[in-house]
Amino acid sequence: MHQLTIAEIILGLRRKAFSSTELTRHLLDRIQQLDSGFNSFITVTEELALAQAKAADQRLASGEAPALCGVPIAHKDIICTSGVRTSCASKMLDNFVPPYNATIVENLNAAGAVTLGKTNMDEFAMGSSSESSYYGPVKNPWNTSCVPGGSSGGSAAAVAALLAPASTATDTGGSIRQPAALTNTTGLKPTYGRVSRWGIVAYASSLDQAGPIARTAEDAAYLLSAMAGYDPKDATSLNRPQTDFGKGLNKALTGLKIGIPTEYFGEGLNPGIADRIQEALREYEQLGAQLQDISLPHSKLAIPAYYVIAPAEASANLSRFDGIRYGYRCQAPEDLRDLYRRSRGEGFGEEVQRRILVGTYALSAGYYDAYYNKAQQVRRLIKQDFASAFEQVDVIMGPTTPSPAFKLGTKSADPVAMYLEDIYTIATNLAGLPGMSIPCGLVDNLPVGLQITGNYLDEARILNIAHRYQQVTNWHTASAVAV
Amino acid sequence: MEWEVVIGLEVHVQLSTKSKLFSGASTRFGAEPNTQACAVDLAMPGTLPVPNEEAFRCAVLFALAMNAHIGKRSVFERKNYFYPDLPKGYQTTQLDQPIVGAGEVEIYLADGSNKTVRLHHAHLEEDAGKSLHEDFHGMSGIDLNRAGTPLLEIVSEPDMRSAAEAVAFLKKIHSIVTYLDISDGDMSQGSMRCDANVSVRPKGEAKLGTRTELKNINSFRFVERAIKAEAGRQIDALEDGGNIVQETRLYDVDKDETRSLRSKEAANDYRYFPCPDLLPVVLSNDYIEQLRHQLPELPDAKTARFRSEYSLSAYDANLLTQERATADYFETVCRVCNAPKLAVNWVTGEISALLKRREITISQSPVSPEQLASLIVRIKDNTLSSKIAKRVFDAMTKSADMADDIIQKHGYIQLSDSRVIEKMVDEVIATNSSQVENYRKADEAKRPRMMGYFVGRIMKASSGQANPKLLNKILKEKLDALL
Repeated sequence: MHQLTIAEIILGLRRKAFSSTELTRHLLDRIQQLDSGFNSFITVTEELALAQAKAADQRLASGEAPALCGVPIAHKDIICTSGVRTSCASKMLDNFVPPYNATIVENLNAAGAVTLGKTNMDEFAMGSSSESSYYGPVKNPWNTSCVPGGSSGGSAAAVAALLAPASTATDTGGSIRQPAALTNTTGLKPTYGRVSRWGIVAYASSLDQAGPIARTAEDAAYLLSAMAGYDPKDATSLNRPQTDFGKGLNKALTGLKIGIPTEYFGEGLNPGIADRIQEALREYEQLGAQLQDISLPHSKLAIPAYYVIAPAEASANLSRFDGIRYGYRCQAPEDLRDLYRRSRGEGFGEEVQRRILVGTYALSAGYYDAYYNKAQQVRRLIKQDFASAFEQVDVIMGPTTPSPAFKLGTKSADPVAMYLEDIYTIATNLAGLPGMSIPCGLVDNLPVGLQITGNYLDEARILNIAHRYQQVTNWHTASAVAV
Repeated sequence: MEWEVVIGLEVHVQLSTKSKLFSGASTRFGAEPNTQACAVDLAMPGTLPVPNEEAFRCAVLFALAMNAHIGKRSVFERKNYFYPDLPKGYQTTQLDQPIVGAGEVEIYLADGSNKTVRLHHAHLEEDAGKSLHEDFHGMSGIDLNRAGTPLLEIVSEPDMRSAAEAVAFLKKIHSIVTYLDISDGDMSQGSMRCDANVSVRPKGEAKLGTRTELKNINSFRFVERAIKAEAGRQIDALEDGGNIVQETRLYDVDKDETRSLRSKEAANDYRYFPCPDLLPVVLSNDYIEQLRHQLPELPDAKTARFRSEYSLSAYDANLLTQERATADYFETVCRVCNAPKLAVNWVTGEISALLKRREITISQSPVSPEQLASLIVRIKDNTLSSKIAKRVFDAMTKSADMADDIIQKHGYIQLSDSRVIEKMVDEVIATNSSQVENYRKADEAKRPRMMGYFVGRIMKASSGQANPKLLNKILKEKLDALL
């Protein structure tokens, strides 16, 4: 049962091939048996899952079941779940149990989804390898000596290891797409504002966006349809009508104009990955699309701009973790200053502290113009790059990552090497555009991701483009583990 | 040397919105600690701010009342600093793009002159909570009820030249915000607080002296005293050959002196940057025009109208219009009794003294405007002497009865029957022959004063009800007939 897609689960539940309780029990057992090898979950919510499954079975029996009724999923542990610890993989929030659900959790609960547990990640979503977790690193199911990418490495690994059919995740600079690429899963980062940020612990508010990691584009569409929607509790939420992203998945791609940014195929790209991407593009030509070279001239500035803006916002966002009201507090503080210094010094890991310091520096008097303001200017230029590109083409395609999954520990000592992991994904966040990563082959038996970037609010279109590819290829069905 | 004092004020006005600036929690004063702080106010992880439209309405009304520039595009920024009663570790406020820009206001001084004070700007911001340092056995308590309460910070140009001018400005702001009903203006509950920037310079000097900032002054009286004390301190220091350090100082009410709180060197770098959780707020011309139509009659316009409509002096008109409730009270009295001069005297006299004695506001007055008007009607038609009128007024402070009811109940009718008064005069003359003899022998100039003796006797005999005018006339005629 664990190999089933969400589409198949929905069908199976309605045909009574199995019950949600049976499926949930099976996945919980599987997590218990196998996850010690991947460390993809921080918390498994067995009781909650079984209760939700039972309720789902009753609704299914009554014939009044919502879209995802009885479908088990996981949530990234940065997404608040009422009554269930939400740690952000940090010692700081090891004891934090929110009394509220994130809006996306509310939405998914309303759609009938069953919560299996909370997935592991880089601490506060800061990282590209899921090694900075307080609960230990996540391992890539394709090769457990490799990282699964990050920060949503636990969500991606759980889906790749067939522990959950899908998971929620968040993407601030590539944290959905890069782990999806490294684990042969399908990940979608929606347009900024498409999915409510209420209840998702903020890393960089102007860049954070939640989306699904699943096994197929069709499944991602199911999840996104439930997650997305206007939320008056998030002032940056877009007021757009509720959308069924599953509609139009099968539209033909005849005449589709695909832009290929020359900047994404230069130095630093693994040649094996370059080959897989070219093969995928050829496949799209077969499907009737036209390829066109385009230029995103400010691409190389995306990483430096991101590593000013994201830490600047983070430095303020993480100030609330001060040891006063909740979360970690140091033992026997001498005075207020000592309480702050040690609670934060002991509660936050190294990378989180690094980004807080970088952000604080970038916002300091005398440096603000040179760093923060300059980075905002770059951000506008990057937006303009995409705007001109989308005057010529419908979507943009390229590699999701420059290289396949790397060995655990090889980049943790070199922050800049780690930051370069997101070289192709970060610009999408700076522009606020929707982006996907879908499996498109293997290099040395490690997965490769094809990145599809759409224009604003074009999620339905990029899901359609991904789905058509998955109809004619079977890279996405390749499994890391024995089925 | 002659010195000139230069003063600029920063006035924090708590807006009377039902809920907080960025959350739905109530802003009611005086609730049990931490019962009016929701997850947003506590800065729980994942919570987000949503701006309160009502606060913008208040700010725009203020801008319109001050003839100020309206920030059609205003931006909230984060002001970063750590303090236990500041849950997010930053205050959300406005800096470069405030909701209210430059404007100006007329202030009225005791000598009858007026002066224009320029407004630098006014911005919306959230209040912090309160730290409580007593009753916690060496620890501090935090009450977050106030956290997130909307404040309008009104910043003047350094246009005031005396403590009296500063008080006049503060009173003007108080009168405008209460007229607009955007704040209760209650300084004792902290709804209006004031910081004063004070410097001195030799008279005629164009360059401003070094200023100090007096923090958190919470009454009109203390503003005056604090500024006087600080200006005096600065002048003494300079005359002794010393200099002024730019610093924050506190006014000690008991010692009537200011003391240093912290110097500029120790000032924080607040690392302001635009709050990424909040989009810029853009106001349409239609919205602004709609509010312009909702503006009530403002103090200056009301003063002008009172002068022409009721023929009041500038002094009386100012006195009556300073508070909207007083002006409304006065107008209600006038409408019923149609005797503006008597109404002014009673409102600024007996009513004002009564309120002062009981330490209450005019809206809490035990004598309603209708009651007072009923009294004035009976003074006007000579039913009551001023002496009896006071007795009727006293009765009104203890009951809701109208003047006629009280007059009837107590028999307070003025004795205006000339035959009865003649009889009383005859009797007094007959029984006080020696006083009559003295009157006859006295110089003509001294006689009117000597008449007082007879008036007193008759008043006593008539329980004060004899019509004084009539009594005087009859008495003089009868005494003079004896000459």
